[in-house]
Amino acid sequence: MSDVRIITGNEAAALAVKRAEPGVIAAYPITPQTKLAEVLSEYVEKGELKAEYVRVESEHSSMTVCISASTVGARVFTATSSNGLLYMHEQLHWAAGSRLPVVMCCVNRGVGAPWSIFNDQQDSFSQRDTGWIQLYCRDNQEILDTVLQAYRIAEEVYLPVMVCYDGFVLSHTMMPVDVPDTGLVKQFLPPYTPHTILSPEDPRTINPVFFASRRENAEGVLCDGYMEMRYKMQAAFERSRGVITAASDEWAQLSGRNHGGMIWEYRTEDADLLLTGMGSIATEATLAADTLRAEGIRAGVVGIRAFRPFPKEEVARAFEQARAIAVFEKCISYGYEGGVCSDLKAALYGTDIRAPIHNYISGLGGRDVKTRELVEAARTTFEAALAGDAENKTIWLNCHTGVRD
Amino acid sequence: MEKTDTNISGVCTPAPGEAGKTGEWRDARPVIDPAKCIPEVKGKPACFLCWLYCPEGVVTMTIPVTIDMDYCKGCGICAEECPPNAIQMVREVDIDE
Repeated sequence: MSDVRIITGNEAAALAVKRAEPGVIAAYPITPQTKLAEVLSEYVEKGELKAEYVRVESEHSSMTVCISASTVGARVFTATSSNGLLYMHEQLHWAAGSRLPVVMCCVNRGVGAPWSIFNDQQDSFSQRDTGWIQLYCRDNQEILDTVLQAYRIAEEVYLPVMVCYDGFVLSHTMMPVDVPDTGLVKQFLPPYTPHTILSPEDPRTINPVFFASRRENAEGVLCDGYMEMRYKMQAAFERSRGVITAASDEWAQLSGRNHGGMIWEYRTEDADLLLTGMGSIATEATLAADTLRAEGIRAGVVGIRAFRPFPKEEVARAFEQARAIAVFEKCISYGYEGGVCSDLKAALYGTDIRAPIHNYISGLGGRDVKTRELVEAARTTFEAALAGDAENKTIWLNCHTGVRD
Repeated sequence: MEKTDTNISGVCTPAPGEAGKTGEWRDARPVIDPAKCIPEVKGKPACFLCWLYCPEGVVTMTIPVTIDMDYCKGCGICAEECPPNAIQMVREVDIDE
């Protein structure tokens, strides 16, 4: 029986966490994540969720608490945004390097300086290489379902998962969300089995200094060195592609909702013009595609759901027929271009895809991006391709300065 | 069958030799002069400051005092702390095997 509630993205995330029943939660409030941390603490305070809620003095500590609790066998959760995520940076590496299945929500917000409390994705984008799986959600239902899938994925491949969703656009916007019952979630999410438990009965040193070479331990076993450990992490990421897809498929069977595994597609079957992006801007691109189709341009959308691991094979397949590609993204790698655009180009290298790619840097610090603006931008991209202009471009959408620096 | 490392994160169990034969790091070794070492001279358990101060736990509280050269890193703290200066640090290159 369905239980549809009209709730915000933060509340959807909190409900998912409640269903996943973590043993330890440690979160430090920061806009726009605050409501998520508050709702979870209410659940714990009311006894609706039997978890230890650790009040910390910083995001660095909240991740440290999650790492410690995960090391002794607890399922854990934290959430943050923007500069809070950046403050966690060092601990993000520790969680990933220790192969702990920590699940975190990053409620995407622009990074200071200058201060912005509004949405873009520079925060999680800047943590791309910390060894965390990153999944981006396009609506509140997907947030709830993705948090549940995140635990499943994390605990199967022993990698931490960051569930990213746009601040305010999703975190504070109410939408209908079908809330699964506890029984269904238990069917989907088996209890957490840790790979290593730190315990007084079996004393061990976790993360000692590793020298450059491999070493023989006291029992004569040739132990892996730093490089081998890192290789295992990369191998886990490669394996996670299949696990992400399988988790999505299995949840679809149980719940009837499929948000796509690594990517999702909208009206792509016969599309000449493909719009792409991550999160809510890609949702908006679906409306733009409808408008463009009404104008007679065969447009479709490829949504990037998993940013790490990057869906290289999926995009090479999805963009096969594209004659023009417009990438809309809320982040940039300064000195180059948007990060999604770079990855997409790299994934298409060596294929037969020759479509020009226009990279639209959009909506930084909450700058409004309307559907009609996406339509106009994508139309420009398409017309340039039709006119034989094969040049790839980076364009700042809705940015009005004439000064170069 | 050869044992392989199945850990996916950095883990080790505290045990002698877990970090390899750390005595290989040594460039000078402590050499005890039994004519000066207090327990040997007195013939009874006494002093043992070398045992107390050794950061590696490789000195024995025995008569005579022994030092496990497989793991002694040659830091020289025992020689520094020895009241009768019974321990001399001798460079490895100067030792005749």
